[in-house]
Amino acid sequence: MDDLRAFFDAYQTTIGFIGINAILALSVWVTLYTGQLTLGNAAFMGIAAYTSALLTLKAQVPFPLALLCGSLLAGAISVPLGATVFRLRGVYLAIATLAFGEVVRVVILATPITGRGQGLVGIPPKTELWHIFASLLVIAYVCARLRISSVGRAWAAIREDEVAAASQGIPVHRYKLAAFVIGALIAGWAGGIAAHFNFAIQPDEYGFARAVQILVFAIVGGVPNVLGPILGAALLTALPAALQPLQEFRDILQGAILVLVIVYLPRGLSTVFDLRRSARLRRVGAQDVA
Amino acid sequence: MLLETASLTKRFGGVVAVNGVDLAVPEGQVFGLIGPNGAGKTTLINLISGHFRADGGAIRFANADVTRLPPHRLAKRGIARTFQAIRLFKGLTVLENVLVGRYVRSRPDVLASLVPFRDGGAAERAMARALLQRFGLGGRERALAGELSYGDQRRLEIARALAAEPRLLILDEPAAGMNPTESAALRVMLRELAAEGLTIILIEHDVRLVMGASERVAVLNFGRKIAEGTPTEIQADPAVREAYLGTADDG
Repeated sequence: MDDLRAFFDAYQTTIGFIGINAILALSVWVTLYTGQLTLGNAAFMGIAAYTSALLTLKAQVPFPLALLCGSLLAGAISVPLGATVFRLRGVYLAIATLAFGEVVRVVILATPITGRGQGLVGIPPKTELWHIFASLLVIAYVCARLRISSVGRAWAAIREDEVAAASQGIPVHRYKLAAFVIGALIAGWAGGIAAHFNFAIQPDEYGFARAVQILVFAIVGGVPNVLGPILGAALLTALPAALQPLQEFRDILQGAILVLVIVYLPRGLSTVFDLRRSARLRRVGAQDVA
Repeated sequence: MLLETASLTKRFGGVVAVNGVDLAVPEGQVFGLIGPNGAGKTTLINLISGHFRADGGAIRFANADVTRLPPHRLAKRGIARTFQAIRLFKGLTVLENVLVGRYVRSRPDVLASLVPFRDGGAAERAMARALLQRFGLGGRERALAGELSYGDQRRLEIARALAAEPRLLILDEPAAGMNPTESAALRVMLRELAAEGLTIILIEHDVRLVMGASERVAVLNFGRKIAEGTPTEIQADPAVREAYLGTADDG
């Protein structure tokens, strides 16, 4: 029991970030499951992180309310953004959402109240581990239930063939936008939680590198189900810590593990028990994920 | 008339793909649409199903102007279709394809779906299975749509379209890739559906199928309607013979 306690104390930060990263991975899962490659979730995370941190730091707003405000603001911004960028597809959509991320970063750098390049420090450490994992549980549950509802079926249909989906009466644009906004709300929630877990935030945390990292969590874990992004985030967050003793060989081994997963489990880690379906999908030339 | 088009026109650059076409499709009939390759048949139905926007003219469906409506709104009003190059959701199962087809008839279940262990889809699945039985796909509901044979894919696409319980079903070359036995079975099926009150627009190169299944047939050539009538009238029409076989002078 004492060993367990010691383990938790030693790895509390890593364990917390596994949960936070899993929530972020789920935020991009929603759009990936709809077949849309968007990279704006790092920016939504940043918007909510700054919003909630400023509220608790400067206005003494209660923590849960600050979290909610951050998440809702990210969601509100995603509506007009999504309505505009979803005229684009594929790589162009990815680029447009990345550009939005840059805009957010520059706006943060140019606004005095955010502390500009130095960021915000002394954010009250309100986030506890159970906050993170309770959030993850609720969000994962909602995603899993949406996936098997008529909404999830519509998302899958859009991913498979937009023209045919529209012919079945599915308002394609609205469903894509809904996926985008849900993703932004989730990313925003994770941003607020992360800011109060870390005590300090900086604009660079929410840039290109973070956007790609979130995407990699989801892709490595696998998009066909909700477990995938969680697994991917857990593995890729724990691996660097676990491989610490290997020092400079760490990056090599980590890269090798990534390559092996992508080559042998192209639909992601979570599909390891479902290899027959993967083979069948390959045969019909259909991609279950983006 | 369930569907009427008035001087419907669509241009692609300098090409007038559909040129002032007037159609009147009565309810509960099979309406054949034939013409040589490139005559504008598929463009015409893409206009009717909302996938293309008309450059001129009007479309009326069930006594309402639907000229500028997008595909998903038309689907809601009761227009369902299949595609010449089959457009199934290949990576979804056969059953899932039909369930997506039920979209316009099923109630939104977002909040209900969040209730633990609740399964609100049982009735929908039963209906989808019945449809699959009818199209001879009963044993294949767990297969991926992309795994089916060509003929089965064509039938699944029709089943998916019918899942919406449409008023108008547009079939774009449904017999392409089917063998004569399958094509004959399709003809019987189309007659059954019409007898149940469904209106069908049938584009087809298989002349025996069109002539055997349709009450009325319209012929397109170079974007214009050159003839319309009963199958017997069409077969005797000199303009139709010319369009298909060329004039005697052409040698």
